[in-house]
Amino acid sequence: MSEAQVRTLPTTEKAHDGGPAPLVPERRPFGVWFKDKGWRHAVGIVTTIFAVFPLLYVLSAALDSNGTLVGSNGLFSRFDTGNFTALFSDPSRPFGRWFLNTLVVGLVTSAATVFLGAMAAYAFSRMRFKGRRVGLLTLLLLQMFPQLLAVVAIFLLLSGISQVIPALGLGSQLGLIMVYLGGALGVNTYLMYGFFNTVPQSLDEAAKIDGASHVQIFFGIILRLVTPILAVVGLLAFIGISSEFVIASVVLTDPDTQTLAVGLYSYVAQQRSENWGVFAAGAVIAAIPVMALFLFLQKYIVSGLTAGSVKG
Amino acid sequence: MPKPDVHELQASTTSTTPAQPPRAAAHQNAFHRNLRNSRRGPDSIKGTVLKIVLLGLVDALAVYVLMMLFLSQSWAALAVSSLVVLAINWIYLRKGGLPAKYLAPGVLFLLVFQVLVVFFSGYIAFTNYGDGHNSTKEDAIAAIQLTAQKRVPDSPAYKAAVLTKGDTFYLLFTDPSGKAQIGSTGEPLTEVSGAGKDSAGKANSLPGYETLKFQEIVANQQEILKITVPVSEDPADGTLRTADGSTAYQFKPALSYDAATDTFNDSETGKAYRDNGKGAFADANGETLATGWKIDVGMDNFARAFTDPSLRGPLLGVILWTFTFSVASVALTFAVGLFLAITFNREDLRGKKVYRILMILPYAFPAFLSGLVWSGILNPEFGWLNQTLLGGANIGWLTDPVLAKISVLVVNVWLGFPYMFLVCTGALQSLPTEIDEAARMDGASPWRVFRSIKLPLLLVSVAPLLISSFAFNFNNFNVIYMLTGGGPRFADTDRDIGATDILITLVYKVAFGQGTGRDYGLASALAIIIFIIVATISAISFKQTKALEDVN
Repeated sequence: MSEAQVRTLPTTEKAHDGGPAPLVPERRPFGVWFKDKGWRHAVGIVTTIFAVFPLLYVLSAALDSNGTLVGSNGLFSRFDTGNFTALFSDPSRPFGRWFLNTLVVGLVTSAATVFLGAMAAYAFSRMRFKGRRVGLLTLLLLQMFPQLLAVVAIFLLLSGISQVIPALGLGSQLGLIMVYLGGALGVNTYLMYGFFNTVPQSLDEAAKIDGASHVQIFFGIILRLVTPILAVVGLLAFIGISSEFVIASVVLTDPDTQTLAVGLYSYVAQQRSENWGVFAAGAVIAAIPVMALFLFLQKYIVSGLTAGSVKG
Repeated sequence: MPKPDVHELQASTTSTTPAQPPRAAAHQNAFHRNLRNSRRGPDSIKGTVLKIVLLGLVDALAVYVLMMLFLSQSWAALAVSSLVVLAINWIYLRKGGLPAKYLAPGVLFLLVFQVLVVFFSGYIAFTNYGDGHNSTKEDAIAAIQLTAQKRVPDSPAYKAAVLTKGDTFYLLFTDPSGKAQIGSTGEPLTEVSGAGKDSAGKANSLPGYETLKFQEIVANQQEILKITVPVSEDPADGTLRTADGSTAYQFKPALSYDAATDTFNDSETGKAYRDNGKGAFADANGETLATGWKIDVGMDNFARAFTDPSLRGPLLGVILWTFTFSVASVALTFAVGLFLAITFNREDLRGKKVYRILMILPYAFPAFLSGLVWSGILNPEFGWLNQTLLGGANIGWLTDPVLAKISVLVVNVWLGFPYMFLVCTGALQSLPTEIDEAARMDGASPWRVFRSIKLPLLLVSVAPLLISSFAFNFNNFNVIYMLTGGGPRFADTDRDIGATDILITLVYKVAFGQGTGRDYGLASALAIIIFIIVATISAISFKQTKALEDVN
């Protein structure tokens, strides 16, 4: 509806003018300006407040060492870093460890995800073999059963593995990484497959004639030309894994091995009100790197999104 | 003078090329060799060495795993693992089969942690696996005998000394005849000779072991209390325990197991507990012993989900809400996102970029934190909304069933609209402008243009994303669990199920929840139900989208 008003406005304005177009744009009456653009700004401001307020709220709570939920209601009434010191000084809730764990699990998993996905995409894009089409379709189908649903089976499988090789079973980050790698193909392979196809085959052929092996072509040519999609897949994998709660909470039982999602939840699971300030401080530290990365690379992410991955 | 030079050079090259056949042949040879090499795969020494090292590492790990599996006597796992190891070696050692070499690692993880666990879920759904039912019947019998121990009335006091060897505590007993016996937790009594004795005839030392002094006994009291020494290999014979590290008493199971009749008999009350066919021992009144065992229960879990009165009503409510939640979430986020995309789809709007950045911030904020942050804002007692904005009102944003549902939707819109905004902006900008102009020439109103032309075209490109967004929200665990924890709880059930629970949070709570105990079988059955629902809907809607594309 609003579209309608907007598109017709410029013509009516010109008709109103009558004479030759002035060099300096005339100041329009407020009503006309509002109908054309003003309401857009109004929508923009309201939406921005809705979008940004919770973030400001958590930032304010983090900077107010009053600490409780009630105390956080006066926005930005105090500024101190008490919550941040408290955050790093509780040995039963090792925030520093959680942060490190999240980084390690996230980086290792996303690097491996990119590598495994790229190898699969290379095979699907450059080679013709029996079962190629079926393989691609099967990947799409398997995506419909998220790992989340099989959390009970994953738990029991890992507890079985614990009895044989404790280093890979319950409570081990390596075990968790392996579980995450179960989803390394799937959507990622699809995203990369599409991108790999845009790299002309003639490049590989030329390299082959020059005597390059498939390994040299893969690492030396293809991987270098598809770096943008590798970055997008890696980043999306990292963001997804650093937010993953269900499987991590089931697998990582010891506070020293937990990730931020599991640890920070434990902060407020029982006493949401009392620990609020410290939790807010943790939330700010946990969110800032991810948000910075996101905003820094948003152009690539947006193109990746329209290509098919989902969050909200 | 330069010109003739060039000519001379050209002439000389053209004339020398045919005059030097040996060099050309060498070139050609090298060319063929390279071609052959490329067909043979990596052949540089570096590559071969790397391949051998990597495969060697994998095989070394595999041998270790196989040995551990052999020691733990898991034959099925051993067989499967051996086949996997053979397959990996076959794939990487043979000459051809290049695609498999690139696909194998990813597919291996996929098979184990995505395909296998699905089938495993299916298997668990048909068992009574869960708290108190997590092992075999033999284990359950032993466990019942071990946990139901009582001190034998008037049993003689054994003289005991505490010894250690390595990290293990041992008890050294002296029986009335002066015989010395040693044992520890899990290691039945064995007679020993050569024990040193004190003046009262109590054995107190043994070569190879260290005797604890009084202070050490006090320091390790907790550990010593836990030592339970089986009298013999048969758990029915009871155990010996000590409270003070110097005297021990005999404990016997209060429930004795009779293998001939497969019953447990309570020596005090005289009750008999029989195998009730449902993986537990039960008395005549149906009262069961706490420890049971795992059995196959067929469709019981599925049947229970829809017939058990404490489960049926809540479950139907949860299924209904899951659909409402996911459909409403997609519809609302799409509506808001599309509206914003249209609003800001103007080249000449000042501050467009700033709005855009600020509006996608919620999308960049880690999803698991959003629910928690909003739960603080919406908290009925202490939250900012009630306390500050509404001046101390007491509105149950998260505790009233209807308001809680609305709150969940609002928060999910907050989380999801930036995504839809980005997607719709991209789709709008890719629409051809000529259609717009043509429709206008024909006299269509802008609203009509949008509704009849732009929206359908937009939907063609966005529909698959809407479907996957639906599937995502159908299992949107984080927002529900972090914001309301599924609450407020239903009044008509003793289970931890609430008004905002969706199926996936229900699965999680049934499987790992506090309070009502873990029921893996039921949780897996619910997961299978979810899978069937999501798969059916996705299949249908993808067909529908195909139809949309055909229109285009």
